[in-house]
Amino acid sequence: MATNTPKQTSHLKREILVRLIKAYLSDNFEENTRLIPYDMRPKGSEVPYRCCIHQERAVLRDRVIAGLGLSIEDAEDSELLSSLAKKALERKEPEEHPLTVLHTACHGCVPSRIYVTDLCQGCVARPCESTCRFGAIKVEHGKSVIDPSKCKNCGMCAQVCPYQAIAKIIVPCENACPVGAITKDEDGLAHIDFEKCISCGKCVSACPFGAVHKKSQVIDILKAIKEGKKLVAMLAPAIMGQLPCTPKQLKQAIMKLGFSDVIEVAEGADITSANEAAEFKERMEKGDKFMTTSCCAAYNELVEKHLPEIKPFRSETKTPAYYTAELVKKEMPDAVTVFFSPCVAKRREAMQNPNIDFVLNFEELGAWFIAMNVQVADCDEADYRKESSAQARNFANTGGVAAAVNSLLEDDEKAQAYVVDGLNKQSIRDLKKFAKNGQCEFGNLIEVMACTGGCLGGSSTINAYKPALKQLTNYVNESPEIKTVVKK
Amino acid sequence: MEKISVKVCLGTTCFVMGSANLQELIDIVPAKYGDKVDVSGVPCLGLCATDWEFSKAPYVKVNNEVVKEATVEKVLNEIEKQLGKK
Repeated sequence: MATNTPKQTSHLKREILVRLIKAYLSDNFEENTRLIPYDMRPKGSEVPYRCCIHQERAVLRDRVIAGLGLSIEDAEDSELLSSLAKKALERKEPEEHPLTVLHTACHGCVPSRIYVTDLCQGCVARPCESTCRFGAIKVEHGKSVIDPSKCKNCGMCAQVCPYQAIAKIIVPCENACPVGAITKDEDGLAHIDFEKCISCGKCVSACPFGAVHKKSQVIDILKAIKEGKKLVAMLAPAIMGQLPCTPKQLKQAIMKLGFSDVIEVAEGADITSANEAAEFKERMEKGDKFMTTSCCAAYNELVEKHLPEIKPFRSETKTPAYYTAELVKKEMPDAVTVFFSPCVAKRREAMQNPNIDFVLNFEELGAWFIAMNVQVADCDEADYRKESSAQARNFANTGGVAAAVNSLLEDDEKAQAYVVDGLNKQSIRDLKKFAKNGQCEFGNLIEVMACTGGCLGGSSTINAYKPALKQLTNYVNESPEIKTVVKK
Repeated sequence: MEKISVKVCLGTTCFVMGSANLQELIDIVPAKYGDKVDVSGVPCLGLCATDWEFSKAPYVKVNNEVVKEATVEKVLNEIEKQLGKK
Protein backbone atom coordinates (compact mmCIF):
# COMPACT_ATOMS: atom_id res chain seq x y z
CA MET A 1 0.00 0.00 0.00
CA ALA A 2 1.32 3.41 -0.90
CA THR A 3 0.14 5.15 2.25
CA ASN A 4 2.57 7.14 4.34
CA THR A 5 5.73 6.66 2.32
CA PRO A 6 8.63 8.56 3.90
CA LYS A 7 9.12 12.03 2.47
CA GLN A 8 11.69 14.78 2.93
CA THR A 9 8.83 17.26 2.73
CA SER A 10 7.30 15.84 5.94
CA HIS A 11 10.67 16.08 7.67
CA LEU A 12 10.93 19.74 6.68
CA LYS A 13 7.38 20.61 7.73
CA ARG A 14 7.81 18.89 11.10
CA GLU A 15 11.16 20.57 11.73
CA ILE A 16 9.49 23.93 11.21
CA LEU A 17 6.71 23.08 13.65
CA VAL A 18 9.26 22.09 16.30
CA ARG A 19 11.15 25.35 15.83
CA LEU A 20 7.94 27.35 15.93
CA ILE A 21 6.79 25.74 19.17
CA LYS A 22 10.26 26.27 20.67
CA ALA A 23 10.04 29.91 19.61
CA TYR A 24 6.66 30.24 21.31
CA LEU A 25 8.01 28.74 24.51
CA SER A 26 11.06 31.01 24.44
CA ASP A 27 11.19 34.50 25.92
CA ASN A 28 10.89 36.21 22.54
CA PHE A 29 8.38 34.47 20.30
CA GLU A 30 8.19 37.08 17.56
CA GLU A 31 11.91 37.58 17.04
CA ASN A 32 12.72 33.88 17.30
CA THR A 33 10.04 33.14 14.73
CA ARG A 34 11.60 35.65 12.38
CA LEU A 35 14.93 33.87 12.75
CA ILE A 36 13.67 30.37 11.87
CA PRO A 37 14.67 30.47 8.17
CA TYR A 38 18.11 31.83 9.13
CA ASP A 39 18.59 29.23 11.86
CA MET A 40 17.70 26.48 9.42
CA ARG A 41 19.93 27.84 6.66
CA PRO A 42 22.68 29.83 8.38
CA LYS A 43 25.35 31.71 6.43
CA GLY A 44 27.46 29.38 4.37
CA SER A 45 25.22 26.38 4.83
CA GLU A 46 24.41 23.85 2.18
CA VAL A 47 21.63 24.55 -0.28
CA PRO A 48 19.83 21.22 -0.41
CA TYR A 49 16.78 21.90 -2.55
CA ARG A 50 16.59 25.29 -4.23
CA CYS A 51 18.74 27.48 -6.48
CA CYS A 52 20.38 29.51 -3.72
CA ILE A 53 20.30 30.11 0.02
CA HIS A 54 17.96 33.10 -0.41
CA GLN A 55 15.30 31.06 -2.08
CA GLU A 56 15.72 28.33 0.52
CA ARG A 57 15.04 30.90 3.22
CA ALA A 58 12.15 32.46 1.31
CA VAL A 59 10.43 29.10 0.97
CA LEU A 60 11.06 28.30 4.64
CA ARG A 61 9.61 31.68 5.60
CA ASP A 62 6.42 30.82 3.75
CA ARG A 63 6.25 27.42 5.40
CA VAL A 64 6.48 29.13 8.79
CA ILE A 65 3.45 31.26 7.84
CA ALA A 66 1.37 28.09 7.46
CA GLY A 67 2.72 26.91 10.81
CA LEU A 68 1.43 30.16 12.29
CA GLY A 69 -1.98 29.21 10.94
CA LEU A 70 -2.10 32.03 8.40
CA SER A 71 -2.81 31.96 4.69
CA ILE A 72 0.40 32.11 2.65
CA GLU A 73 -1.48 33.57 -0.33
CA ASP A 74 -2.72 36.50 1.77
CA ALA A 75 0.57 37.41 3.44
CA GLU A 76 2.50 40.30 1.91
CA ASP A 77 5.98 39.39 0.71
CA SER A 78 7.40 42.35 2.56
CA GLU A 79 5.91 41.46 5.91
CA LEU A 80 8.32 40.12 8.49
CA LEU A 81 7.66 36.81 10.21
CA SER A 82 7.83 38.62 13.52
CA SER A 83 4.85 40.76 12.59
CA LEU A 84 2.97 37.73 11.26
CA ALA A 85 3.70 35.91 14.52
CA LYS A 86 2.11 38.83 16.34
CA LYS A 87 -0.96 38.57 14.13
CA ALA A 88 -1.23 34.86 14.90
CA LEU A 89 -1.16 35.67 18.61
CA GLU A 90 -3.82 38.33 18.29
CA ARG A 91 -6.41 36.39 16.30
CA LYS A 92 -9.47 35.25 18.19
CA GLU A 93 -10.17 32.13 16.18
CA PRO A 94 -8.45 30.01 13.52
CA GLU A 95 -8.87 30.81 9.82
CA GLU A 96 -11.70 29.15 7.96
CA HIS A 97 -9.97 27.14 5.21
CA PRO A 98 -7.51 24.61 6.51
CA LEU A 99 -5.22 24.51 3.46
CA THR A 100 -2.92 27.03 1.84
CA VAL A 101 -0.64 26.84 -1.21
CA LEU A 102 2.93 28.01 -1.11
CA HIS A 103 3.60 29.50 -4.52
CA THR A 104 7.31 29.94 -3.99
CA ALA A 105 7.54 26.17 -3.51
CA CYS A 106 5.02 25.22 -6.20
CA HIS A 107 7.16 23.96 -9.04
CA GLY A 108 4.59 24.93 -11.62
CA CYS A 109 4.74 21.40 -13.03
CA VAL A 110 4.29 21.06 -16.79
CA PRO A 111 0.59 20.85 -17.61
CA SER A 112 -0.97 17.44 -17.52
CA ARG A 113 -0.71 15.92 -21.02
CA ILE A 114 0.24 12.94 -23.16
CA TYR A 115 3.82 13.00 -24.39
CA VAL A 116 5.56 10.88 -27.02
CA THR A 117 9.10 10.13 -25.85
CA ASP A 118 12.21 9.38 -27.92
CA LEU A 119 11.53 5.70 -27.40
CA CYS A 120 8.94 5.80 -30.21
CA GLN A 121 10.13 3.43 -32.93
CA GLY A 122 7.73 4.62 -35.62
CA CYS A 123 6.52 1.06 -35.94
CA VAL A 124 4.38 -0.41 -38.69
CA ALA A 125 1.54 -1.57 -36.48
CA ARG A 126 0.87 1.96 -35.17
CA PRO A 127 -1.70 0.96 -32.56
CA CYS A 128 -1.56 4.51 -31.19
CA GLU A 129 -3.00 5.88 -34.41
CA SER A 130 -5.74 3.32 -34.74
CA THR A 131 -6.79 3.43 -31.10
CA CYS A 132 -7.15 7.22 -30.89
CA ARG A 133 -10.80 8.14 -31.15
CA PHE A 134 -10.04 11.80 -31.76
CA GLY A 135 -7.57 11.48 -34.63
CA ALA A 136 -5.03 13.29 -32.50
CA ILE A 137 -1.98 11.13 -33.14
CA LYS A 138 -0.21 10.63 -36.49
CA VAL A 139 3.15 9.30 -37.55
CA GLU A 140 5.24 12.01 -39.13
CA HIS A 141 8.85 11.53 -40.21
CA GLY A 142 8.97 8.12 -38.59
CA LYS A 143 7.67 9.20 -35.18
CA SER A 144 4.27 9.58 -33.60
CA VAL A 145 3.22 13.17 -33.08
CA ILE A 146 0.29 14.41 -31.00
CA ASP A 147 -1.88 17.28 -32.14
CA PRO A 148 -2.60 19.10 -28.86
CA SER A 149 -5.72 20.77 -30.26
CA LYS A 150 -7.35 17.36 -30.76
CA CYS A 151 -5.88 15.37 -27.85
CA LYS A 152 -8.29 14.82 -24.93
CA ASN A 153 -5.66 13.37 -22.56
CA CYS A 154 -7.46 10.01 -22.44
CA GLY A 155 -4.19 8.08 -22.45
CA MET A 156 -5.37 5.25 -24.71
CA CYS A 157 -2.33 5.59 -26.99
CA ALA A 158 -0.02 5.29 -24.00
CA GLN A 159 -1.78 2.10 -22.97
CA VAL A 160 -1.46 0.38 -26.33
CA CYS A 161 2.09 1.39 -27.30
CA PRO A 162 4.14 -1.85 -27.50
CA TYR A 163 7.33 0.07 -26.56
CA GLN A 164 5.78 2.00 -23.67
CA ALA A 165 7.09 5.02 -25.52
CA ILE A 166 4.16 7.30 -24.70
CA ALA A 167 3.97 8.83 -21.26
CA LYS A 168 1.04 10.37 -19.49
CA ILE A 169 2.43 13.39 -17.67
CA ILE A 170 0.45 14.22 -14.57
CA VAL A 171 0.34 17.13 -12.17
CA PRO A 172 0.47 15.25 -8.86
CA CYS A 173 -1.88 17.53 -6.88
CA GLU A 174 -4.46 17.66 -9.68
CA ASN A 175 -4.20 13.93 -10.15
CA ALA A 176 -4.65 13.21 -6.44
CA CYS A 177 -7.63 15.51 -5.92
CA PRO A 178 -10.81 13.42 -6.20
CA VAL A 179 -13.04 16.44 -6.88
CA GLY A 180 -11.02 18.67 -9.22
CA ALA A 181 -10.60 21.40 -6.61
CA ILE A 182 -6.91 22.07 -7.17
CA THR A 183 -5.78 23.17 -10.61
CA LYS A 184 -2.91 24.98 -12.25
CA ASP A 185 -3.93 28.43 -13.37
CA GLU A 186 -2.59 30.39 -16.36
CA ASP A 187 0.38 31.36 -14.21
CA GLY A 188 1.28 27.67 -13.98
CA LEU A 189 0.79 27.61 -10.21
CA ALA A 190 -1.66 25.53 -8.23
CA HIS A 191 -4.75 27.13 -6.72
CA ILE A 192 -7.39 25.58 -4.50
CA ASP A 193 -11.03 26.31 -5.16
CA PHE A 194 -12.50 26.20 -1.66
CA GLU A 195 -16.03 25.97 -3.04
CA LYS A 196 -15.06 22.52 -4.32
CA CYS A 197 -12.40 21.42 -1.83
CA ILE A 198 -13.46 18.66 0.59
CA SER A 199 -10.34 19.02 2.79
CA CYS A 200 -9.31 15.40 2.26
CA GLY A 201 -5.64 16.38 2.27
CA LYS A 202 -4.66 14.18 -0.67
CA CYS A 203 -2.92 17.11 -2.41
CA VAL A 204 -0.83 17.71 0.71
CA SER A 205 0.56 14.19 0.52
CA ALA A 206 0.83 14.16 -3.27
CA CYS A 207 2.88 17.31 -3.94
CA PRO A 208 6.56 16.36 -4.33
CA PHE A 209 7.58 19.93 -3.49
CA GLY A 210 5.51 20.09 -0.32
CA ALA A 211 3.74 23.17 -1.64
CA VAL A 212 0.35 22.49 -0.10
CA HIS A 213 0.33 23.26 3.60
CA LYS A 214 -2.07 22.77 6.46
CA LYS A 215 -2.69 25.87 8.51
CA SER A 216 -1.76 24.95 12.03
CA GLN A 217 -3.71 25.91 15.14
CA VAL A 218 -0.85 25.03 17.45
CA ILE A 219 -0.18 28.68 18.36
CA ASP A 220 -3.83 29.18 19.37
CA ILE A 221 -3.63 26.07 21.56
CA LEU A 222 -0.31 27.06 23.18
CA LYS A 223 -1.79 30.47 23.88
CA ALA A 224 -4.86 29.00 25.57
CA ILE A 225 -2.61 26.93 27.83
CA LYS A 226 -0.51 29.97 28.68
CA GLU A 227 -3.67 31.90 29.58
CA GLY A 228 -4.38 29.22 32.17
CA LYS A 229 -7.44 27.78 30.44
CA LYS A 230 -8.53 24.26 31.12
CA LEU A 231 -7.76 22.27 27.97
CA VAL A 232 -9.23 18.85 27.35
CA ALA A 233 -7.58 16.61 24.75
CA MET A 234 -9.94 14.41 22.76
CA LEU A 235 -7.95 11.67 21.05
CA ALA A 236 -9.13 10.24 17.74
CA PRO A 237 -8.87 6.44 17.82
CA ALA A 238 -6.12 6.43 15.15
CA ILE A 239 -3.68 7.98 17.63
CA MET A 240 -3.21 4.71 19.45
CA GLY A 241 -1.03 3.44 16.62
CA GLN A 242 1.02 6.60 16.22
CA LEU A 243 3.70 6.93 18.86
CA PRO A 244 6.25 4.57 20.38
CA CYS A 245 4.48 4.13 23.72
CA THR A 246 1.41 2.55 25.30
CA PRO A 247 -1.96 4.33 25.18
CA LYS A 248 -1.73 4.98 28.92
CA GLN A 249 1.75 6.48 28.61
CA LEU A 250 0.44 8.68 25.82
CA LYS A 251 -2.14 10.13 28.20
CA GLN A 252 0.56 11.03 30.69
CA ALA A 253 2.74 12.50 27.94
CA ILE A 254 -0.10 14.76 26.76
CA MET A 255 -0.77 15.87 30.35
CA LYS A 256 2.86 17.03 30.46
CA LEU A 257 2.14 19.46 27.64
CA GLY A 258 -0.32 21.28 29.88
CA PHE A 259 -3.65 19.59 29.18
CA SER A 260 -5.88 19.10 32.18
CA ASP A 261 -7.58 15.95 30.92
CA VAL A 262 -7.21 13.45 28.11
CA ILE A 263 -10.22 11.60 26.77
CA GLU A 264 -10.60 8.96 24.07
CA VAL A 265 -12.94 9.83 21.22
CA ALA A 266 -13.67 6.10 21.23
CA GLU A 267 -16.18 7.07 23.97
CA GLY A 268 -18.14 8.90 21.29
CA ALA A 269 -17.55 6.06 18.82
CA ASP A 270 -19.47 3.74 21.13
CA ILE A 271 -22.41 6.15 20.97
CA THR A 272 -22.07 6.47 17.18
CA SER A 273 -22.09 2.67 16.86
CA ALA A 274 -25.22 2.29 18.97
CA ASN A 275 -27.12 5.05 17.16
CA GLU A 276 -26.01 3.92 13.74
CA ALA A 277 -27.00 0.31 14.42
CA ALA A 278 -30.47 1.41 15.55
CA GLU A 279 -30.79 3.69 12.54
CA PHE A 280 -29.70 0.96 10.14
CA LYS A 281 -32.31 -1.42 11.55
CA GLU A 282 -35.02 1.18 11.25
CA ARG A 283 -34.09 2.10 7.67
CA MET A 284 -34.01 -1.53 6.54
CA GLU A 285 -37.40 -2.18 8.12
CA LYS A 286 -38.71 0.87 6.29
CA GLY A 287 -37.54 -0.68 3.02
CA ASP A 288 -34.37 1.30 2.26
CA LYS A 289 -31.89 -0.58 0.13
CA PHE A 290 -28.74 0.82 1.71
CA MET A 291 -27.28 3.30 4.17
CA THR A 292 -23.87 4.93 4.23
CA THR A 293 -21.86 5.74 7.34
CA SER A 294 -21.37 9.38 8.36
CA CYS A 295 -18.24 9.64 10.47
CA CYS A 296 -15.61 10.65 7.90
CA ALA A 297 -15.43 14.45 7.70
CA ALA A 298 -14.10 14.53 4.14
CA TYR A 299 -16.92 12.25 2.99
CA ASN A 300 -19.44 14.50 4.70
CA GLU A 301 -18.00 17.51 2.92
CA LEU A 302 -18.11 15.57 -0.35
CA VAL A 303 -21.81 14.90 0.19
CA GLU A 304 -22.49 18.57 0.91
CA LYS A 305 -20.57 19.90 -2.08
CA HIS A 306 -20.68 17.25 -4.78
CA LEU A 307 -23.04 14.41 -3.91
CA PRO A 308 -26.28 15.87 -2.53
CA GLU A 309 -28.22 13.01 -4.11
CA ILE A 310 -26.72 10.53 -1.62
CA LYS A 311 -27.81 12.57 1.40
CA PRO A 312 -31.07 10.65 1.95
CA PHE A 313 -29.01 7.46 2.22
CA ARG A 314 -26.38 8.82 4.59
CA SER A 315 -26.84 8.03 8.24
CA GLU A 316 -28.14 10.91 10.38
CA THR A 317 -25.95 9.70 13.23
CA LYS A 318 -23.30 12.16 14.37
CA THR A 319 -19.55 11.54 14.42
CA PRO A 320 -17.61 10.17 17.42
CA ALA A 321 -15.94 13.59 17.73
CA TYR A 322 -19.38 15.22 17.96
CA TYR A 323 -20.64 13.01 20.79
CA THR A 324 -17.36 13.18 22.68
CA ALA A 325 -17.22 16.98 22.51
CA GLU A 326 -20.85 17.18 23.58
CA LEU A 327 -20.15 15.02 26.64
CA VAL A 328 -17.08 17.04 27.59
CA LYS A 329 -18.80 20.42 27.26
CA LYS A 330 -21.77 19.19 29.27
CA GLU A 331 -19.60 17.91 32.10
CA MET A 332 -17.05 20.73 31.99
CA PRO A 333 -18.63 23.85 30.48
CA ASP A 334 -15.44 25.86 31.01
CA ALA A 335 -13.25 23.38 29.14
CA VAL A 336 -11.47 24.28 25.92
CA THR A 337 -11.74 21.18 23.74
CA VAL A 338 -8.94 20.12 21.41
CA PHE A 339 -9.55 17.31 18.94
CA PHE A 340 -6.38 15.32 18.12
CA SER A 341 -6.73 14.48 14.46
CA PRO A 342 -5.16 12.24 11.83
CA CYS A 343 -6.36 14.43 8.97
CA VAL A 344 -7.17 17.88 7.61
CA ALA A 345 -10.89 17.33 7.15
CA LYS A 346 -11.65 17.26 10.86
CA ARG A 347 -10.61 20.91 11.02
CA ARG A 348 -13.59 21.74 8.84
CA GLU A 349 -15.87 19.61 10.96
CA ALA A 350 -14.60 21.32 14.10
CA MET A 351 -15.23 24.74 12.61
CA GLN A 352 -18.88 23.85 12.14
CA ASN A 353 -19.19 22.42 15.64
CA PRO A 354 -19.19 24.97 18.50
CA ASN A 355 -18.28 22.21 20.97
CA ILE A 356 -14.87 21.63 19.36
CA ASP A 357 -12.60 24.61 19.93
CA PHE A 358 -9.37 23.54 18.26
CA VAL A 359 -7.82 20.75 16.24
CA LEU A 360 -4.27 19.52 16.68
CA ASN A 361 -3.01 16.95 14.21
CA PHE A 362 -0.67 14.06 15.01
CA GLU A 363 2.34 15.66 13.28
CA GLU A 364 1.87 18.80 15.37
CA LEU A 365 1.58 16.71 18.52
CA GLY A 366 4.81 14.91 17.63
CA ALA A 367 6.56 18.24 17.03
CA TRP A 368 5.29 19.49 20.39
CA PHE A 369 6.75 16.47 22.18
CA ILE A 370 10.10 17.13 20.50
CA ALA A 371 10.02 20.83 21.38
CA MET A 372 9.25 20.10 25.04
CA ASN A 373 11.61 17.13 25.14
CA VAL A 374 8.93 14.69 26.25
CA GLN A 375 10.13 11.11 25.91
CA VAL A 376 6.82 9.26 25.54
CA ALA A 377 8.24 5.83 26.29
CA ASP A 378 9.54 7.06 29.67
CA CYS A 379 6.18 8.43 30.84
CA ASP A 380 4.18 6.76 33.59
CA GLU A 381 0.89 5.16 32.72
CA ALA A 382 -2.35 7.02 33.41
CA ASP A 383 -5.80 5.47 33.14
CA TYR A 384 -8.51 6.84 30.86
CA ARG A 385 -11.71 7.72 32.67
CA LYS A 386 -13.73 5.20 30.68
CA GLU A 387 -12.93 1.86 29.13
CA SER A 388 -14.18 2.09 25.55
CA SER A 389 -15.00 -0.94 23.46
CA ALA A 390 -12.70 -2.80 21.12
CA GLN A 391 -15.00 -1.99 18.21
CA ALA A 392 -15.00 1.76 18.99
CA ARG A 393 -11.22 1.82 19.25
CA ASN A 394 -11.08 0.08 15.88
CA PHE A 395 -13.00 2.90 14.13
CA ALA A 396 -9.69 4.17 12.78
CA ASN A 397 -9.21 1.05 10.71
CA THR A 398 -10.89 0.62 7.35
CA GLY A 399 -13.94 -1.58 7.82
CA GLY A 400 -13.97 -0.80 11.54
CA VAL A 401 -17.08 1.36 11.56
CA ALA A 402 -19.20 -1.12 9.63
CA ALA A 403 -17.93 -3.92 11.87
CA ALA A 404 -18.89 -1.98 15.00
CA VAL A 405 -22.42 -1.38 13.69
CA ASN A 406 -22.75 -5.03 12.74
CA SER A 407 -21.66 -6.31 16.11
CA LEU A 408 -24.66 -4.53 17.67
CA LEU A 409 -27.16 -6.07 15.25
CA GLU A 410 -28.87 -9.42 15.86
CA ASP A 411 -28.10 -12.35 13.58
CA ASP A 412 -31.20 -11.89 11.43
CA GLU A 413 -30.59 -8.15 10.95
CA LYS A 414 -26.86 -8.20 10.12
CA ALA A 415 -25.73 -5.78 7.49
CA GLN A 416 -23.81 -6.74 4.40
CA ALA A 417 -20.96 -4.26 4.53
CA TYR A 418 -19.37 -2.68 1.49
CA VAL A 419 -16.26 -0.69 2.32
CA VAL A 420 -15.11 2.32 0.29
CA ASP A 421 -11.45 2.24 1.29
CA GLY A 422 -10.35 5.66 0.05
CA LEU A 423 -12.15 8.31 -1.99
CA ASN A 424 -10.99 8.78 -5.56
CA LYS A 425 -12.62 9.66 -8.85
CA GLN A 426 -13.78 6.08 -9.39
CA SER A 427 -15.22 5.49 -5.92
CA ILE A 428 -17.08 8.81 -6.16
CA ARG A 429 -18.60 7.71 -9.49
CA ASP A 430 -19.67 4.46 -7.80
CA LEU A 431 -21.33 6.35 -4.95
CA LYS A 432 -23.15 8.57 -7.47
CA LYS A 433 -24.43 5.47 -9.19
CA PHE A 434 -25.68 3.92 -5.93
CA ALA A 435 -27.55 7.12 -5.12
CA LYS A 436 -29.07 7.33 -8.59
CA ASN A 437 -30.21 3.70 -8.61
CA GLY A 438 -31.31 3.81 -4.99
CA GLN A 439 -29.39 0.63 -4.35
CA CYS A 440 -25.93 -0.85 -4.14
CA GLU A 441 -25.35 -4.34 -5.51
CA PHE A 442 -22.40 -4.96 -3.17
CA GLY A 443 -24.06 -4.45 0.18
CA ASN A 444 -26.54 -2.49 2.26
CA LEU A 445 -24.18 -0.77 4.67
CA ILE A 446 -21.60 1.34 2.85
CA GLU A 447 -18.71 2.49 4.98
CA VAL A 448 -16.94 5.45 3.42
CA MET A 449 -13.41 6.43 4.41
CA ALA A 450 -11.70 9.20 2.44
CA CYS A 451 -8.25 7.81 3.19
CA THR A 452 -6.97 4.43 2.10
CA GLY A 453 -6.54 2.29 5.18
CA GLY A 454 -9.02 4.43 7.11
CA CYS A 455 -7.88 7.11 9.56
CA LEU A 456 -4.56 5.28 9.96
CA GLY A 457 -3.83 6.43 6.40
CA GLY A 458 -4.69 10.06 7.20
CA SER A 459 -2.49 12.80 5.78
CA SER A 460 -1.33 14.01 9.19
CA THR A 461 -0.28 10.67 10.64
CA ILE A 462 3.24 9.93 11.86
CA ASN A 463 3.56 6.17 11.88
CA ALA A 464 3.82 4.01 8.76
CA TYR A 465 0.60 2.19 7.99
CA LYS A 466 1.59 -1.38 8.81
CA PRO A 467 3.20 -0.87 12.23
CA ALA A 468 0.40 1.58 13.10
CA LEU A 469 -2.20 -1.07 12.33
CA LYS A 470 -0.32 -3.63 14.40
CA GLN A 471 -0.08 -1.29 17.38
CA LEU A 472 -3.74 -0.30 17.16
CA THR A 473 -4.83 -3.92 16.81
CA ASN A 474 -2.96 -4.86 19.99
CA TYR A 475 -4.90 -2.19 21.85
CA VAL A 476 -8.19 -3.26 20.29
CA ASN A 477 -7.54 -6.87 21.29
CA GLU A 478 -7.16 -5.99 24.95
CA SER A 479 -10.36 -3.90 25.00
CA PRO A 480 -13.82 -5.10 26.04
CA GLU A 481 -16.51 -6.31 23.62
CA ILE A 482 -18.91 -3.59 22.48
CA LYS A 483 -21.94 -5.44 23.82
CA THR A 484 -20.58 -5.17 27.36
CA VAL A 485 -19.97 -1.42 26.94
CA VAL A 486 -23.08 -0.33 25.04
CA LYS A 487 -26.19 -1.39 26.90
CA LYS A 488 -29.42 -1.48 24.98
CA MET B 1 33.33 -12.79 12.08
CA GLU B 2 31.63 -10.39 14.46
CA LYS B 3 28.00 -9.65 13.87
CA ILE B 4 27.09 -6.17 12.77
CA SER B 5 24.66 -4.51 15.14
CA VAL B 6 22.03 -2.14 13.75
CA LYS B 7 20.10 -0.03 16.25
CA VAL B 8 17.12 1.90 14.93
CA CYS B 9 16.32 4.68 17.40
CA LEU B 10 12.64 4.65 18.32
CA GLY B 11 12.83 7.53 20.80
CA THR B 12 10.10 10.16 20.40
CA THR B 13 12.17 12.59 18.32
CA CYS B 14 13.51 10.02 15.89
CA PHE B 15 10.11 8.36 15.61
CA VAL B 16 8.34 11.60 14.73
CA MET B 17 11.09 12.76 12.38
CA GLY B 18 10.96 9.56 10.39
CA SER B 19 12.12 6.38 12.12
CA ALA B 20 8.48 5.28 12.06
CA ASN B 21 9.25 4.51 8.43
CA LEU B 22 12.48 2.69 9.31
CA GLN B 23 10.67 -0.04 11.21
CA GLU B 24 10.60 -2.03 7.99
CA LEU B 25 14.37 -2.49 8.41
CA ILE B 26 13.55 -4.87 11.22
CA ASP B 27 12.01 -7.18 8.60
CA ILE B 28 14.22 -6.37 5.61
CA VAL B 29 17.65 -6.76 7.23
CA PRO B 30 17.31 -10.31 8.58
CA ALA B 31 15.77 -11.42 5.28
CA LYS B 32 18.72 -9.99 3.39
CA TYR B 33 21.70 -10.69 5.64
CA GLY B 34 20.54 -13.59 7.81
CA ASP B 35 22.57 -13.92 11.00
CA LYS B 36 25.40 -11.65 9.84
CA VAL B 37 23.51 -8.61 11.06
CA ASP B 38 21.50 -8.03 14.21
CA VAL B 39 18.81 -5.38 13.94
CA SER B 40 16.49 -3.98 16.58
CA GLY B 41 14.43 -0.94 17.48
CA VAL B 42 15.88 0.69 20.60
CA PRO B 43 14.86 3.42 23.04
CA CYS B 44 16.30 6.92 22.61
CA LEU B 45 20.02 6.81 21.81
CA GLY B 46 20.40 10.34 23.17
CA LEU B 47 21.76 11.75 19.91
CA CYS B 48 18.95 14.27 19.40
CA ALA B 49 19.20 15.95 22.78
CA THR B 50 22.11 18.30 22.21
CA ASP B 51 21.48 21.69 20.72
CA TRP B 52 19.35 21.59 17.56
CA GLU B 53 20.39 18.09 16.63
CA PHE B 54 16.76 16.99 16.46
CA SER B 55 16.75 18.31 12.92
CA LYS B 56 19.18 15.57 11.88
CA ALA B 57 16.93 12.83 13.26
CA PRO B 58 16.14 10.01 12.68
CA TYR B 59 19.36 8.35 13.82
CA VAL B 60 20.45 4.76 13.29
CA LYS B 61 23.63 3.22 14.69
CA VAL B 62 25.42 0.61 12.59
CA ASN B 63 28.02 -0.67 15.06
CA ASN B 64 29.68 2.57 16.15
CA GLU B 65 28.84 4.48 12.99
CA VAL B 66 25.98 6.99 13.36
CA VAL B 67 23.71 7.44 10.33
CA LYS B 68 22.03 10.86 10.43
CA GLU B 69 18.75 11.67 8.70
CA ALA B 70 18.57 7.95 8.16
CA THR B 71 16.63 6.34 5.37
CA VAL B 72 16.30 2.64 4.60
CA GLU B 73 18.73 3.10 1.69
CA LYS B 74 21.36 4.92 3.75
CA VAL B 75 21.30 2.24 6.43
CA LEU B 76 21.57 -0.60 3.93
CA ASN B 77 24.52 1.18 2.29
CA GLU B 78 26.30 1.51 5.62
CA ILE B 79 25.74 -2.19 6.32
CA GLU B 80 27.17 -3.09 2.90
CA LYS B 81 30.16 -0.86 3.53
CA GLN B 82 30.94 -2.50 6.85
CA LEU B 83 30.39 -6.01 5.51
CA GLY B 84 32.79 -5.23 2.68
CA LYS B 85 35.50 -4.04 5.05
CA LYS B 86 35.53 -7.25 7.01
